[in-house]
Amino acid sequence: MSEGYSFAYLDAATKRMIRRALLKALAIPGYQVPFASREMPMPYGWGTGGVQVTAACLIPEDVLKVIDQGADDTTNAVSIRRFFERTAGVATTTHTQDATLIQTRHRIPEAALTEAQILVFQVPIPEPLRFLEPREAETRRMHALADYGLMHVKLYEDIARHGAIATSYAYPVLVEGRHVMDPSPIPKFDNPKLGDCPAIQLFGAGRECRIHALPPYTRVVSLDFEDHPFEATKAEAACDLCGAETSYLDEVITDDAGGRMFCCSDTDFCAGRRAAGHLGRLSEGAA
Amino acid sequence: MESAQGRIWTRKKPEPEAGPLLLVEGLGKAWGARIGCADVGFDLYPGEVLGIVGESGSGKSTLLGCLAGHLPADAGRILYRGRDLRMMAEPERRHLARTEWAFVHQNPRDGLRMGVTAGANVGERLMAVGARHYGAIRATATDWLGRVEIDPARIDDRPRAFSGGMQQRLQIARNLVTGPRLVLMDEPTGGLDVSVQARLLDLLRELVREMGLAVIIVTHDLAVARLLADRLMVMKDGRVIEAGLTDQVLDDPQAAYTQLLVSSVLQV
Repeated sequence: MSEGYSFAYLDAATKRMIRRALLKALAIPGYQVPFASREMPMPYGWGTGGVQVTAACLIPEDVLKVIDQGADDTTNAVSIRRFFERTAGVATTTHTQDATLIQTRHRIPEAALTEAQILVFQVPIPEPLRFLEPREAETRRMHALADYGLMHVKLYEDIARHGAIATSYAYPVLVEGRHVMDPSPIPKFDNPKLGDCPAIQLFGAGRECRIHALPPYTRVVSLDFEDHPFEATKAEAACDLCGAETSYLDEVITDDAGGRMFCCSDTDFCAGRRAAGHLGRLSEGAA
Repeated sequence: MESAQGRIWTRKKPEPEAGPLLLVEGLGKAWGARIGCADVGFDLYPGEVLGIVGESGSGKSTLLGCLAGHLPADAGRILYRGRDLRMMAEPERRHLARTEWAFVHQNPRDGLRMGVTAGANVGERLMAVGARHYGAIRATATDWLGRVEIDPARIDDRPRAFSGGMQQRLQIARNLVTGPRLVLMDEPTGGLDVSVQARLLDLLRELVREMGLAVIIVTHDLAVARLLADRLMVMKDGRVIEAGLTDQVLDDPQAAYTQLLVSSVLQV
């Protein structure tokens, strides 16, 4: 752990400010609480919001896991994990079950979360109405009045143009029947995991200076039409490494001749299955 | 909110009720030291069309803005079915604004969402009041496009691809789809050529009769007023200087300004 820094980088006053915002966000599920986002030693878009929320929540006994699109070994995940190893000296892990605090970019882990865990999302644009209504004053008024007809205009457009709701990530949800929330750009495959989740889910948007949250066991409904119901979609394939058929898959181009493979986006889940002896199409020793 | 198929927006011609739909008393709005409109009072009954005429800057649009709730009025009362709009909470007013009222802008670009298809434009009000059945919304939108003489096959085109007259008709469809009682129109025929104007006026007249709409129409075109309005209010410098039956005001103007206005109309 580096000398000369407060525990987990942020000073006490900043953590206090962020924790206040977090408490307010938890008290009003889905509501975007403004907070005085700080400059962090990383560029905007790299998870400055998530890092600030994580820093404000960390205690020395925590075990931290950081994932980026489900993977523990990509640049974003590795650098944030190292950041907290150096500034907080907390233990880190790649195992979802062992972690007490998980910072994530654009995925919810496959393994079921528990009441002992906190999930922190990195959020680029917290405002679900942003691309429909550019004026901030107007979007705030729409949230205040629960004036959400516009959200369905977007879904209507999807169906009119593509024959189905083509929004596949950052799929808007209605929280506790009151606030429409952008769940950050997680695939809509993960949307059903948002609701009734035992873990606390916190969303930090650094550049936009907003925090929103879902307390445990919150009612979260993905918006849809009666005759075009919400569908959690994934690639129609099984993982080529571990054979899992129910996990969210990444498609990887393997050569210039159209070769491709699918593998679990959650690397920990995939590795766990392989260790347990599951085989996929491309596993060594597979037929 | 009811969301069963086709349930919410099928309100037919409203039952005639006792008393005016809209009663305005002493309405005033100042822009700093200048008068936007002052001491305006009138009533409007269901099925009635009130024309407001006057030159540019006479306070017509300010008045309409105050009535629609787009601008906060400074003084007076606006009673809609006996309830004061100025005292009404914002959520309730918004709900009224998208169920019982409609506002047709002069420039269709102000009243339409240019980035989404015609069908979504018509469907927006339905979805705002709780319609959640795609098929039903689309069927209603198709029906309304037909009623305003837009080829239903163009339901998936954006308004950008429409002519000015079509955009205006689309705006009208979008507003009338929830079966409002009160329609406010700000120069609905402005900027359209005369043959398109004539068709639009025909359409408006028919819809007004068919749906029993109460309409307030702001215009500087006396011919439009003559054709559509039952009663007329003439405004100058923010005040109403003359009011009465349309034919009476236009054929026998009393105020000097009204006489000037009527005599300035070019004869073909």
